[in-house]
Amino acid sequence: MKIQVLFFGIATDLVGENSIFYELKSDETVLALKKDLLLKYSTLKNIEEFAIAVNEEYAENNLVLKENDVVAIIPPVSGG
Amino acid sequence: MKNTAILITSDKLMVQDCYDFVQDASCGGIALFVGTVRNSTKNKEVTLLDFSAYEPMALKEMQKIADLALAKFQIHKIAIHHAVGELQIGDIPVIIAVSSAHRKAAFEACEFAIDTLKETVPIWKKEHFEDGEIWVNSHP
Repeated sequence: MKIQVLFFGIATDLVGENSIFYELKSDETVLALKKDLLLKYSTLKNIEEFAIAVNEEYAENNLVLKENDVVAIIPPVSGG
Repeated sequence: MKNTAILITSDKLMVQDCYDFVQDASCGGIALFVGTVRNSTKNKEVTLLDFSAYEPMALKEMQKIADLALAKFQIHKIAIHHAVGELQIGDIPVIIAVSSAHRKAAFEACEFAIDTLKETVPIWKKEHFEDGEIWVNSHP
């Protein structure tokens, strides 16, 4: 199934993209996607940690992804 | 009547707009927090800050903070405005205004809102120096 992945902040610079479409197995979890992305983009290891949002809401590692989900890579925030 | 005003804009933030939104005859006070761009970080001179946001999600998270502040504290209205784009020294990246019948609730809600915003709202700042740039909070 296909999902969209958005990159923000330092992640945009590390990956060199704002947004990609990504093919993954059905019933894959957020945690599995994180592992996939770290393999695909080893530069992401330069951030100590990042959160994931699915469809504009923070998501836990055990959330199961669905077709057409919009997943965002959220590096440590620094607004204000 | 709407008790919250949430805004992300690349225009200059206006303290008066936030003040006017929360001002009300039933209130005994207004607490205002105005964030300003500082000229140095860790003794290093900053030339400008560049703010970017995951805007639809940032708006949702800011709305959650405002709704939570209304539920948690005895306040009347709250405005949370945040700027994006390039900001110079002294410019205003964030304003929080809270009105309440009694001052303590306004102070507490204002502090709660800025503290939570800095933890949860997907906005990032890049600090620019004479010799380079750095994403704040992102480097080990």
